[in-house]
Formats: sequence, structure tokens, C-alpha cells
Amino acid sequence: MAEKRFTKDHEWVERDGDVVTVGITEYAQSSLGDIVFVELPEIGREVAVGDSIAVVESVKAASDIYAPIAGRIVEVNGAIVDDPALVNRDPQGEAWFFRMEPAAVGEVDALMDEIAYTALVESL
Amino acid sequence: MNALDRLAALEAPGSFIGRHVAPVEGDIAEMLGVLGCSSLDELVGRTVPAGIRAAAPLDLPEAIDELAVIEELRGLAQRNRRARSLIGLGYHGTHTPPVIRRNLLENPAWYTAYTPYQAEISQGRLEALLNFQTMIVSLTGMEIANASMLDEATAAAEAVALARAVAKAKSDTIAIASDLHPQTRAVVETRAAPLGLKLVSFAPGEAAAIAAAKPFAVLLQYPGTTGEVRDLRAEIDAAHEAGALAIVAADPLALVLMTPPGEMGADVVVGSAQRFGVPMGFGGPHAGYMATRDAYRRSMPGRLVGVSRDAAGNPAMRLALQTREQHIRREKATSNICTAQVLLAVIASMYAVWHGPDGLRRIAQRVALQAQLLAGAARRAGFTLRHENFFDTVTIEAGERGEAIIAEALKAGFNLRRLDHGGVAVSFDETVSREELATLARIVGAEAEDTVGGIPAALERQGPILEEKVFGSTPSEHEMLRYLRRLSDKDIALDRSMIPLGSCTMKLNATAEMIPITLPGFAELHPFAPVEQTEGFITVIRRLETWLARITGFAAVSLQPNAGSQGEYAGLLAIRAFHAARGQGHRNVCLIPSSAHGTNPASAAMAGMSVAVVGCDRDGNVDIADLKEKAEKHAGNLAALMITYPSTHGVFEEGIREICEIVHAHGGQVYMDGANMNAQVGLTSPGEIGADVCHLNLHKTFCIPHGGGGPGVGPIGVAAHLAPYLPNHPLRADAGPATGFGPVSAAPFGSALILPISYAYVRMMGPAGLKKATEVAILNANYIAARLKDHYPVLYTGANDMVAHECIVDCRGFKADTGIEVEDIAKRLQDYGFHAPTMSFPVAGTLMIEPTESEPKAELDRFCDAMIAIREEIAAIAEGRADKADNPLKNAPHTAAELLSASWQHSYSREQAAFPLPYVRAAKYWPPVKRVDNVYGDRNLMCTCPPISDYAQAAE
Repeated sequence: MAEKRFTKDHEWVERDGDVVTVGITEYAQSSLGDIVFVELPEIGREVAVGDSIAVVESVKAASDIYAPIAGRIVEVNGAIVDDPALVNRDPQGEAWFFRMEPAAVGEVDALMDEIAYTALVESL
Repeated sequence: MNALDRLAALEAPGSFIGRHVAPVEGDIAEMLGVLGCSSLDELVGRTVPAGIRAAAPLDLPEAIDELAVIEELRGLAQRNRRARSLIGLGYHGTHTPPVIRRNLLENPAWYTAYTPYQAEISQGRLEALLNFQTMIVSLTGMEIANASMLDEATAAAEAVALARAVAKAKSDTIAIASDLHPQTRAVVETRAAPLGLKLVSFAPGEAAAIAAAKPFAVLLQYPGTTGEVRDLRAEIDAAHEAGALAIVAADPLALVLMTPPGEMGADVVVGSAQRFGVPMGFGGPHAGYMATRDAYRRSMPGRLVGVSRDAAGNPAMRLALQTREQHIRREKATSNICTAQVLLAVIASMYAVWHGPDGLRRIAQRVALQAQLLAGAARRAGFTLRHENFFDTVTIEAGERGEAIIAEALKAGFNLRRLDHGGVAVSFDETVSREELATLARIVGAEAEDTVGGIPAALERQGPILEEKVFGSTPSEHEMLRYLRRLSDKDIALDRSMIPLGSCTMKLNATAEMIPITLPGFAELHPFAPVEQTEGFITVIRRLETWLARITGFAAVSLQPNAGSQGEYAGLLAIRAFHAARGQGHRNVCLIPSSAHGTNPASAAMAGMSVAVVGCDRDGNVDIADLKEKAEKHAGNLAALMITYPSTHGVFEEGIREICEIVHAHGGQVYMDGANMNAQVGLTSPGEIGADVCHLNLHKTFCIPHGGGGPGVGPIGVAAHLAPYLPNHPLRADAGPATGFGPVSAAPFGSALILPISYAYVRMMGPAGLKKATEVAILNANYIAARLKDHYPVLYTGANDMVAHECIVDCRGFKADTGIEVEDIAKRLQDYGFHAPTMSFPVAGTLMIEPTESEPKAELDRFCDAMIAIREEIAAIAEGRADKADNPLKNAPHTAAELLSASWQHSYSREQAAFPLPYVRAAKYWPPVKRVDNVYGDRNLMCTCPPISDYAQAAE
């Protein structure tokens, strides 16, 4: 597996061959607080960068999850729908949101690396 | 002074002013002293920018006293002609059970409560609302219901919005059965226009037309507006085949006897619970309802009560899934609705509790039989019936005799409904007597002896209704009386203590203002009664419109919007219509400051506008440079700016005039959110400041009680150039200008029945009293700010370090050292007997305090003492004298059960927990539950009462 990349919307993206896995960051889960609901995209959906494709709700906020890159949704993580608290427990591991086949693999590399993202979070 | 002059002086016509404005002169002087002011004038001079001060006093009639205003309104009520209105159209006569009328509708413990955001002190009305949801779920046969909508028509429009969000069909078409109530259709049409949606009608039962229309929503009425009862399955199936949602507007009394829409496959069921004990009141307020499938629960607008548990693991209720609401989702919200109709939903639920399933069945059967008997008489008299299948409404094909029947009925004291092609419709209700039925039959031309028609056997309801234990559990009046008392005792309302909610203006709801609303001359009026019967009510409405126009500095007012959010929406539609009429229909950008209440962007989205956010400076004021930039950038398409004044941060912004001028210079209109009008009345006005439209919250500034979360009234005032674009109504020409954009509410004058409250307020205060109320509201807020500022940072003040009518205290600084968050302070206030101020709006981690003019200095001091004592408790944690995890704040609120338990194991005393200040002992409020667990509730959603089978299992 490659290293994680990050978006300014606090999503992480990890490429493994032709498939990328997407989730939300530790910072995102801690800002949201106790997560009570997750809605995931339909498998097979073609998405463009910035499309709002999933929802995550805590008792104090409802946030949209945007497509970090263009591509097609190939898999979603039903475990976080059944147990939204998993996102609080392990956001950057078990609680991934969906997997997609990118339209262009290079888009992933253009995202922030961990150092850049850490700097972003620290500036907030 | 001669004796007669002395006598006149002793009559004290302005005596109410001192009842409403609570601080006495000595206290006012003392509070002014604390602020370093010598007079109220000086205080106002230091607070309100000179450039916007009103030059002249309000042009309003002089104050009269309480008895005089009751007499005046009684006289006006009597000028309405009372007739038995059998017009139907979703409004029916009903008996409010006297025990419910006196102990609920007329009881300040119920009507002065706030929306149940603070769950622990709201368990009573939350239980009543859960009963309401349970009742709607049972009657409609659906899976989940919310805790009321504004009215049936807006509920239908909201259901269409829900369908738009979730339907598979990607279409812009709404298919509407032609037997939908006309006002519902009109409200949906208003709502559809800015979003570019179109309405297509189809004849009842014509499923093929639904398929042809390819809609995303199909709207049906059950029974139809002319009374027809038909199996809706074919139409619902056609909707589903088209990928559309089937929405059914249903009469809840009919559902007692008829197959529920849920069993026929409906996706959303809406309607009005009015005929469950809520007076018609010339159109409102009533509780609309919405029920849907579990799958759509997150797309359902409005408030939803859910069962969770408290910190001790006991069941406790609270508002569920609140992140769906507009204050969080902003322009992405599915709806702009904030207010519900809590008081009315509670009345309707108690009507069902009181009568129980058997009682409701009896009432429904009686109404149905009356209709069948009249149908029999009509048949004998040689008429045909438009429908053989009906519940409570008979439509007689009277042809040329129609007018004569209507006229004769009117002479005998009945209003009937005139339909096309000589149809005469008669809708029965529980208030109609056997003698009246006999009279009606004779007017039709025969005796009422045999029955014709009714509910077809195939559509008779099978199986029980309202199986939950509570319904019918109070057959005796004592049990009902005590049930109502038991519930209201769990809650904090204004009859207990001050509710210092910022931006909500929880002022006095005076008894003299409330008495007129139950006068039969107002309460029993049908919204579509003949115009000549409504003279008294229209007089109230016209006078109030005039007074509000003068108070706002505008040319015209519409009282139709039945909530602040509806006012916003109506105001933006007026702006939209204005632009369109000038060939500027492309103007669709709405500028909204980042500090705005979330309803603003949600309303803009509903009005078809796109939102551009304007930044605020660190003091919470609009960043004028950013406004200029955005206004220039969008100059070609600028529609409006929405701004709250004084700002949501509780400050009179100095730049407000300039802000309005910038927007006008770029072709936009200024919409002023009137949430904070209580700081303006008599000192300045939206018109004076340069706004073009504003809405008022009569349930804030003008004394309509909050009702535990509704009713509200959100009139809009407009400058002369917008007057032609106010809302109107298809069933009543004098409800608005012919050039208006259509109705936003089901009823022509919205929630008319509660308008006499604001009428009485303005009448008893007069120009001087209203101005004084504003001045003292500002004084009280500044006094609180002064008393608290050494203990909590007070955020945001104006040019002279003054706040407007509310102040924001910062609670963010405690977390790092002590772990204490704003919620802990809010919950701890409950132990002191107070409802918390507004939490985390407009700034997260803060409390916004608005005392209003109706709180005496002693109550302000009690509240400040509590806040200061809590600050000491926080200091104790910081200094290590109290435990960081086990302290009175983290464990708040404390219930009697835990305080009296043998095993008290906390690191502080029971006394500190329950009686932290001496005054608390004198009148202790006991929180009924510990802190409610929102997370558990939202992860394990349950929104109805447990069924009786659960009780049976528990007993085993």
C-alpha cells in the first residue's frame, strides 16, 4: 500500500494498485464528535471531483463527504453504516468509507502528503 | 386639578405598561447607575447609533388597560357572525374538551414553555409530543411521524420537497389529483415556482395520467375535497411505477374508520390534526402532521421526538436527528422550518388520550352516520349525489336549486360549500346536533330517516388503532387533570422562572392578551366563512397590520406567514416577484453574512436563490469591504441581502445604513430578519434603517407565547414598491394584492386566532409603553452584561461598549483547565431552576442571554447569582478543590432519585448538588431525568410510545 494522501476537506485517500480507499481523518472525527449516522454512495456511481457523495452526521453536525478524485465507486464499507461509532474509533483504518477506481491515477498524487496536511490542521 | 381630572388620572389607563415592563422605577435607576447612565435616554443614546434613531414617536393609539382591551376584543368577536360552518376543506368544528381547554390551552405551564431543545427540563411536553407522533403513526399506518408541521398545505409542500430529494424519478413534475384541497394545491404551486417545478393535474382515479406525466411526486387527497372516498392503490402503484413518491393528504378522523394510506402503499402522509380538539380559529394555528417510511426519516423536515436514555440509564426523551435541521445544514437543508405547532399538537394528542380509540371511533361513526342520513334525505328529495362513497362530506348535485339551498341554510345558521356545476357540499363534524341535521335535511327537501352511501366495505379499517397504553388511559377527568399536571410539572416554563434565551425574546405573555383567543366569536370561525360574517376579525387584522406597518416604518404588512421562517420565505418571494416584474428575473444571488441564522440560507434556497456568504469582522459585524466586493461581483444578478438587526451578535451595527445603500446601489433589495426587533420598537425601524422587507416574529416581540415550540406568526412588512408582491390567497380576495405571488400558508390570514394577542399587547402598551419596553430590554441586557463581565468574558459590544437587547458570554476558556464545556453550564443551571440561555449560537461554546423587559431586577439578580455561583464551581475545579470528572457541573442535572439514594458517592455534598444557593430552597425545581444521551438516541432511533404488548411482556 502506498502512503496516505489528504484533502483540505479532511479526507484521506490511499492507493493500492488500481483502487483507492477513501475515509475521513482523525481530525475530522474528533471535530465532529460522536458519529451517529453514515450514508454511503451507490456502488457503480461515476463521480467527479468535489461531488457530494456521502454524509456523516454526529449529534452536533452533518457533513458532506466529497469525491476527492474523479472515478467510479466500486465498494462501500457497510460496517460503518451498522456501527457509526467505528468512525470515531478507527477513522484512518477499519472505518474507511468507500473504494473507487480513479479516472486518472495521477490525481491521487496531486493531493497533500501527510506533512502538508499536518501543517494544515495545525494552522486551523 | 379639578375632581374630574383627578378621577381620570386615577383610572390609570396605562397601568398595564408597569405590569409588562417589570423593573420598577427605583430598580431602573439602580441598574442605570451600575451602567453609569443617568437616564434611559442616555442609555439608548449610548447604544443605538444616532443616525438611525426615529425622529418621531410611534403613531399608535394611546394605551388602554386590561379590562378595556378585553372588552374591545369581545366587542370585535361579537361582530363576527356565528354560524355553523360545514364548509370542510380541511377545517371542521370540534369540541375542545373543557379539561384540556382550561388545563392546557389556557395554562401558562404549557403555553409559555420554549422549544424542547433542553431535553431534561422538557420531558413533559416531549412525552405529549411522543404521544402525538404515536397517534399519527397509528392512524396513517406509516412507520415514523414528526412532531407537527405548520399546516396541511405546507406539510404537503414539504412532502413534495422530500420527494424531490429521495425519489428515483429525475423529473420536474408534480402530479396533483384534481380533488386536492385548492389551498393545498396553491401553496404547493407557490413553492414549486421558484424551483422551476411544474404541476400537472389528473382526474381522481386516473392512474394512466400519472404514468403519462412522469412525475417525481404524486399528491392525493383522502377523502377527496368533495368528499369522495376511493381506493388509492391504483394511483399509488402508478406513482411507484414512475419512480415517484405517493403523498397522501389525509383527514385523521376519517382514518379512524378507513384503510390507512400506509396499507395502500403511500410513501408520505400529511394532514391537519385540527379537528382533534383544536378550534378552527379563522384558519389557525393548528398542527399539521407528516408521516413517512423509516427509510426517509432523515429527509423528513421539522422536529422529531425520540426516546433515548439519561446518564443513569433511565429512559428519557429528546429531539432526535437535529442535524437535519436548517440551523446546521443551512442552504443544504431540506426545509427552512424551525417552528412546529407544539401547543396544538399537544392539544390534539390529548384529545386522543382523552377519548381513546373507542371514543374516537364513536365520534367518527357519528359524523359518518350524519353524512349518510343527509345523503338519504337528498336522495329522497330527488337529488343525485356526486359520490356514493364518502366519510363526512356529502356533495349534492343540486343544479339550479343549489343557490337556494345555500341561501336557506345560511338563513338557518349554516355555511355550506358551493361547488362547480351546482354542487353543494356539506361536511359534518362532532359539533352538529341531531336537530341541526334534521333542519339541514328539511332544507335539502326531505326528512333524515334512511341512509345512503358511506365508506365502502373494502376500505373499512381492519384491526385496532391507538393500541398504546396512554390512549384512553384517562377516562375520568381527575385522571386527565392529573396527567396534564404531572407532565407540565416536569418542565420549566415562564410560570416558574425567567427563560433567558438569546434571540427568542421570552417576554411576558399576559393573561389579558390570552383571554380573547378562546372567545367563541374568534375561535369558531371557519377560514372560508362568507366574508360578511368575518367583519370583527378583519377589523382586528387590519388594525394590527396598520400598527405593525407604523412600527416597522413600512407601507404594507401581510399577516399570512405562520412562522418566522415562512416570513423569510415570503419576503424573498416578494423580492423575487419585484425583480421579475421589472424584467430583472435573472437576479438570483442572495448575500448572507456568515453570522446569519441558518434559516436565512435555507429560505434563500427555497426561494430559488443561490447564496453568497459575506464575511464578518471579529466583532461579529458585517465586513463592509467584503460586502462591497461581493455586491460588485454579483451586481448583475444581485437579488437581496438578508441581514439581522441588531446583529445576531446582539450589537447595533454602526454601518447598517451604509450596508443597505451598498446593496441598493448594486440593484439588490434588503431583507431584514426581524428576530431582534425587540431592540428596535419605538427607537428605530427597518424602514428608517433602509430595509425593503422585514419579517416580525409576533411570538417574540409581540407577546404570542412560544407554546413549547409553536405556534408562531411571522408577518412581513414591505416598503411601498414591494406592496403589490405580498402573499395572497385563492379563496379570499382581501387576503392580499391580486398581483401577489400566491399563498405561503393554507389559511388566508395564517394563524389568525392568535393575532388578538399581539393586538392586545400593542393596544395596552401604546406608543410610550412600547418604546419603554425596548429601552428596558436594552437596560436589562446591559445590566446582566455588567454583572457577569468580571466572571465571564462578554463578547461583542457596540461603539460605546454597550450590547443591544442580549449579550453573549464566552464559556470556551474553561475546557483546557477544567474540562468544563458550555453544555455543562447549561445543564447545571437546571439545578438552580433555570432554563439555559441560547447555547452555541451564534458562536459555538457561548451562551447568549436575552432577559427581555418583562423580568424584574430581582429575577435578573437571581439568574446572575446562579451564573456567578457556577463560575465559582468552575474555579474550584481549576484550583483543584473539586474533582475534574466528578463535580456538580459534569453530573448536572441532579434528580431527586439520585439525591435520595442511599449510595451517594460523589465528591461533593448532596446539598451543593441540589441547593447551591439559598433561594433555590424556597422553590426547588426537580429535574425529572439526568443528562440525556443524544448519541445513544440517535444511534438507536425510537420515535413512538412503546406498544401495549411491550408492557404485557414486561409484566410477564
